[in-house]
Amino acid sequence: MLEVQNLSMRFGGLLAVDQVSLDVQEQEIVSIIGPNGAGKTTVFNCMSGFYKPTGGKIIFKGKEIQGRPDYKISRLGMVRTFQHVRLFTRLSVVENLLVAQHRHLNTNMLAGLIGTRNYREREQRALDRAAYWLERVGLLELANRDAGNLAYGQQRRLEIARCMVTEPSLLMLDEPAAGLNPAETKELNQLIVSLKEAYNVSVVLIEHDMSLVMDISDRINVISQGCPLASGTPEEIRQNDDVIKAYLGEA
Amino acid sequence: MVKNNLGHAAFCAIVTVIISFPILGLNLEARGVNITLTGASTSTYVAILVAAATVFVFQTFRDSLMGLLRKAPKLNPISRKQPMERSRRVKLESWIITGIVIFALFWPFFVSRGSVDLATLVLIYIMLALGLNVVVGLAGLLDLGYVAFYAVGAYTFALLSEYMNISFWMALPIGALLAGITGMILGFPVLRLRGDYLAIVTLGFGEIIRILLNNWTSLTGGPNGIGGIPDPTLFGMEFGRRVKVEGNTSFHETFGIAYSGEHKVIFLYLIALVLAVITALIIRRFMRMPVGRAWEALREDEIAARSLGLSRTAVKLSAFTIGAFFAGFAGTVFASKQGFISPESFVFLESAIILAIVVLGGMGSQLGVILAAIAVTILPELAREFSEYRMLIFGAAMVLMMVWRPQGLLPMRRTHIKLNRQE
Ligand SMILES: Nc1ncnc2c1ncn2[C@@H]1O[C@H](COP(=O)(O)OP(=O)(O)OP(=O)(O)O)[C@@H](O)[C@H]1O
Ligand SMILES: [Mg+2]
Repeated sequence: MLEVQNLSMRFGGLLAVDQVSLDVQEQEIVSIIGPNGAGKTTVFNCMSGFYKPTGGKIIFKGKEIQGRPDYKISRLGMVRTFQHVRLFTRLSVVENLLVAQHRHLNTNMLAGLIGTRNYREREQRALDRAAYWLERVGLLELANRDAGNLAYGQQRRLEIARCMVTEPSLLMLDEPAAGLNPAETKELNQLIVSLKEAYNVSVVLIEHDMSLVMDISDRINVISQGCPLASGTPEEIRQNDDVIKAYLGEA
Repeated sequence: MVKNNLGHAAFCAIVTVIISFPILGLNLEARGVNITLTGASTSTYVAILVAAATVFVFQTFRDSLMGLLRKAPKLNPISRKQPMERSRRVKLESWIITGIVIFALFWPFFVSRGSVDLATLVLIYIMLALGLNVVVGLAGLLDLGYVAFYAVGAYTFALLSEYMNISFWMALPIGALLAGITGMILGFPVLRLRGDYLAIVTLGFGEIIRILLNNWTSLTGGPNGIGGIPDPTLFGMEFGRRVKVEGNTSFHETFGIAYSGEHKVIFLYLIALVLAVITALIIRRFMRMPVGRAWEALREDEIAARSLGLSRTAVKLSAFTIGAFFAGFAGTVFASKQGFISPESFVFLESAIILAIVVLGGMGSQLGVILAAIAVTILPELAREFSEYRMLIFGAAMVLMMVWRPQGLLPMRRTHIKLNRQE
């Protein structure tokens, strides 16, 4: 469903991403790993339309999307979280989820002012969907708190819920386990697997926590200094000499 | 702590002397054709020294003084009480607001004409501030040229009535729409700008519109302005002593009462009141609609908002357009109230005052903005004796407010949203 071909991104003299390719099938969890500064987030930024890649193709559901504006790409059903949580901090938790459902809502202003039946029905469905996902990530009790007042782990979960209410087909998670304690990481592990199994979502995961990556990934892509280093199943990656060298070299 | 402040305090005192001495202590006097420089009286010098000493003392003990100021709300007896239960509070609030509106409807019949006139001005500022609140408070777009849209509304009515004899009621929607369209057009070039840059460009737009009105003499009359703007009519009834437009009747004759200039003033006040209430209700509704939430999301985090499929263009332009629309509303009422408008009424200071109202009231908070509009318009009138020091008092009040309550008089409260558990 997603194919990235020879993606390159150059910032002035720095080639941050060099000829990276990867593909994601339906209901698959694909991880991108690599040392700090390898260019993982930059790959995400190109895929989500935040940067315009300087080379290569990104094909999502048969359409070439490289260089399209970010808000259009996300409307195609490809949404992301951020390495540093980006919530609407002064909005309440549930409002964060309502904003995300913009494209499912009746945004005709007149309809909203009058409160037509269609408008109210869609608004109610959005509320129900928000309630469902809040329950799912254990935040229903906190629905009317300001999102900025949540604990860090809760903020991470809210960010994932905020993506899920858009009903995406591809979810991109940038280091979702960063800053979580072991118990929370375990919950996250189960959540991601259930997203794939129960909600038919494919996941692209950037993560430094190797046990999480090895546990849930169907396939793994390793990049180092912008270049693709290896790709394959967790088993293959574990035994790959280049990867071992890169990681041992780093340590 | 006091020791650390000494150097800073001395510096501030010296700056005070440097600034005030040339302004107050030296006078230029014209003697025949020559201008001579003379010193001021001894008392002025003493005053300058006293001022410098005050600054020194204040800066030295700044921390403890500011600490006291911050504690001030604790003197408020209600702040110690438990917050009321939510459903009861909401009910109480809506009762209070209904009560205020009903009071506002009947109040003008018992007070002087001057008070009603002032109240109309307050209502115009409320409309303006509510509109700017959309742009600045909700969408987070710092707009320093807001007065331009107010001018568009006012001039639309003035020009339409002068050249095409169009009445207030026709001009009201046209003025608001034109102001809204202007807002949208001026919004396009600043889509990518934020913060300080946006502020400067919008400031420029505000000035451009004013200068245009000032110089397009053939159309707008330039600095001489436009006069003879008609009053609103009530179902074809005019409020003047004599009927001006053919086909209209006169209010006092129709009802067989004596002519009084007050009827017109009260009528205008009531129109302004109704329009202000409508403005508040519509914007309140917007705030709970997808578009309102999108404004706030964009203010909070533009990147995240876009990553969720919100188009920056659509969201920002809608904020600019709707904000400008209500400024156009206010402008039309203003033109009708004054009967005469000129570019003088649409200077940058107006934008600054409206912005001050929004900030004082509490960004995004409608009730706060309304309270602040009342305070900012009425207090200077009450303190007429000090009118020379109006801006000084205004500035001092702003500084105090920002220290005491940086979040504004009544900070915005999020609406409680009830959710049903899903299985
Ligand atoms: N906007 C930008 N302008 C210039 N250089 C950039 C920009 N964004 C990223 N880079 C550079 O690209 C390289 C890759 O950065 P990137 O954030 O993609 O790494 P990463 O793999 O996500 O690292 P980490 O694991 O620390 O998150 C870095 O050297 C970074 O400095
Ligand atoms: Mg990164």
